[in-house]
Amino acid sequence: MASGIRDKVAILGMGCARFGERWNDDAEQLMVEAYVEAMADAGIEPSQIDAAWQSVGFDAMNVGPSGIPAAIALRLPNCAVTKVENYCASGTEAFRGAVYAVASGAADIALAVGVEKLKDTGYGGLPVRTRGTMFDMIGVVGSAPGNFAQLASAYQAKHGIAPDDLKRAMAHVSVKSHANGAKNPKAHLRKPVDIETVMNAPMIAAPLGLYDCCGVSDGAAVAIVTTPEIARSLGKTDLVTVKALQLAVSNGWELQGAGWDGSYLHTTRIAAAKAYKEAGISDPGSQVSLMEVHDCFSITELVTMEDLAISREGQGWKDVLDGRFDADGKNPCQIDGGLKCFGHPIGASGIRMIYENYLQLLGRAGDRQVAGTPTFGLSHNLGGMPNQNVAAIAIVGLEGA
Amino acid sequence: MSGILSIGAYVPLMRLQRAAVYEANKWFAPGLRGLARGERAIANWDEDVVTMAVEAARDCLVGQDAADVSTLLLASTSAPFADRQNAGIVKEALTLPDAVLTLDVGTSQKAGTGALIQAFRSADSGCTLVAASEKRRARPASEDELANGDAAAALLVGPGEGLARFIGSHSVSADFVDHFRTTAAEFDYGWEARWIREEGYAKLAGEAVSGLLAAQGLSGLDIAHFAAAIPAKGAAGALAAKAGIAAEAVVDDLAANLGFAGCAHPLLMLAAALERAKAGEKILVLGFGQGADALLLEATGAAGQAAPAGGLTAALARSRKEENYLKYLAFAGHLNLELGKRAEFDQKPVLTALYRNRKAVLGLVGGRCTVTGTVQFPRSEISVNQNEPAIGTQEDYPFAHRRAKVLTYTADSLTYTPDPPNYYGMIEFDGGGRMMIEFTDADPASIYVGAPVRMMFRIKAHDERSGFVKYFWKAVPAAEGN
Repeated sequence: MASGIRDKVAILGMGCARFGERWNDDAEQLMVEAYVEAMADAGIEPSQIDAAWQSVGFDAMNVGPSGIPAAIALRLPNCAVTKVENYCASGTEAFRGAVYAVASGAADIALAVGVEKLKDTGYGGLPVRTRGTMFDMIGVVGSAPGNFAQLASAYQAKHGIAPDDLKRAMAHVSVKSHANGAKNPKAHLRKPVDIETVMNAPMIAAPLGLYDCCGVSDGAAVAIVTTPEIARSLGKTDLVTVKALQLAVSNGWELQGAGWDGSYLHTTRIAAAKAYKEAGISDPGSQVSLMEVHDCFSITELVTMEDLAISREGQGWKDVLDGRFDADGKNPCQIDGGLKCFGHPIGASGIRMIYENYLQLLGRAGDRQVAGTPTFGLSHNLGGMPNQNVAAIAIVGLEGA
Repeated sequence: MSGILSIGAYVPLMRLQRAAVYEANKWFAPGLRGLARGERAIANWDEDVVTMAVEAARDCLVGQDAADVSTLLLASTSAPFADRQNAGIVKEALTLPDAVLTLDVGTSQKAGTGALIQAFRSADSGCTLVAASEKRRARPASEDELANGDAAAALLVGPGEGLARFIGSHSVSADFVDHFRTTAAEFDYGWEARWIREEGYAKLAGEAVSGLLAAQGLSGLDIAHFAAAIPAKGAAGALAAKAGIAAEAVVDDLAANLGFAGCAHPLLMLAAALERAKAGEKILVLGFGQGADALLLEATGAAGQAAPAGGLTAALARSRKEENYLKYLAFAGHLNLELGKRAEFDQKPVLTALYRNRKAVLGLVGGRCTVTGTVQFPRSEISVNQNEPAIGTQEDYPFAHRRAKVLTYTADSLTYTPDPPNYYGMIEFDGGGRMMIEFTDADPASIYVGAPVRMMFRIKAHDERSGFVKYFWKAVPAAEGN
């Protein structure tokens, strides 16, 4: 039986570039911006980095193949650099590589860097791309909002929710994230919006309107990890350690099998159960102090509250409307604005989520610092589409929590 | 003896209102006013000669054993491929065995009747599936634009009497060029209507009719159904009068609601005649183009008794009025609309992968695990069954004929489609198996969680660079009347 990752690895330093429309920056500048912050936080020299993982979602309009672009941009010391891609969960995947390298003893200090240059595509939204030779002949490439909008149709039908009620709950998700993002100097979208604006926005993929969709941004984020012992030897005191790190990947059951009703994320439920066990969390609704979830679309965040066992099934939309996930609610969610407003540079997003939880746990989140003393910060990073995806969950917390 | 064993038809959903065409064009072509009545069938953007032939053939093969088909003929003057056998694509979509003869017939408006005559003549070598399908392009503001109709018919011809017994045929061939189109040309080039009417319809077609009657020792009064496919008002009636055929015997030319479907039209009119013909009644079918073919059939009355769910009547009943002439122009490829960056998605075909997966892609054949009975699309080496993922146990399992229900859906305004919004979602088939699929011929009222759908063979995408047409299956609303 695997003993899990709990408390074996500590975060030594983190950094995050300002997300947004970085018209005048290449991936290089974005990576360096996050790297400089992380290195200063970690207090190490480049020569101390034993291995690195680089995550990107899109190749063509980003850095191109291999781990070389990160090695060059950051002038890494000819160490191992591995490029990873696992749809929008790529960021957590890079973090996982670095954490596992340290946990295995193969590396003392490892780095994860995620980067994306989405604003070089020439249009809004994510670029369309092939999904493989066979898939392109028999599948529906569609758009990201179109794929996730189907969650809403199935969720609404399953639970018998009036269309307007669900639309309002989805709108609340976005209004909350805009309010949070307004307090975050690194966020892409920093303007609060009201419910009516969200409800009446142009339709993108029914029933998702413009404000139900997250920002498409440029950005980069970096995590540097090591063992708790080395962290202490480098002078760190309040350690944030990794409590759980789980990935669940669809095997085709949702799309090809029988039984999935389309209203939830099968993989998130599996990853969550494993992560809670690994972290020693028995009552997520009361123990998870902070959540950064994959709110690529408002409906995704809403059903994720149920998939993470924070809300009861079919009740997530009511919890949303009750303000449970607002900044002053019982389970603050997307305190940094989330994908919705911090932005979604694919390869960086998973690391950005951990970055926020790390800052909050250390009390370094500035204007948006949550009240009380957070113990566990959960991040949920989802790649793909509801019927075929990669769900990644990283739980970090204060050492000893 | 050979006969027609079954018959099927397909007419696309949309009926372009001719008044809307005239309204848009009258500033330029006021002379079209006289033609601005009724409606014509227009293909959706994802339909062509191949897809319509497939649907007509599927309609024809309901209740028939496809394994009996030894030959497949596809007649058309507007097929998408000049060198890739169009009939071969139809064969794959119908999942006919590889051991069949497939053949394209074309280049004349009498190609449909010619193919049919050949099928009757070769009935001693097994069953022939004859499909005739047309989606003829016409210049905007032309008479043909108003007169044409997109549609397909299919007949299963073989030994025995079936619905109608083949008695004989008489052909007249002459290089009478009423219109032509070279292989390089986009549109037809035509000659004066009066000349065509007098020298073509009256004389050449008249000779085919009189020749057939003389050869069979019959008089015009012996003909109960005169299915003369001639795209000129009153021409068939004049021909009947001259041949001594009763005016009541002249079969309606479907001009009011369908339009003239080129070389498929005689077969569509035959389908109409067969639906009404009583046992023993004689049907004369006429196809015109560089001469004329005349065929004589004797109905057995079985067509009326069988009362199939499909057929021409059902195909015509499935209809939706379309008043948007610009939409028609766009679908027919006459307008260069701004498609947006998302239309730049690379649609380059992968011909190796298409060939090895042709059963799944063109035939919608999935897999069934012989151990657990789990069905799935596409089939795979390891079964999707979560409890018993057996390896290498799957056999072919066709889905195309199965009805399905909508599990999830969206109407996507972001993703590129020639007919926004793009409806797609997950469906689950009766008997199991599911897939993510595009919906077509859809509207907001017909697509919802639990909505019934059925499968149709359609164009998935065009590769703008190579011109290749990618085909796959889509789900269409299947509520009553659809």
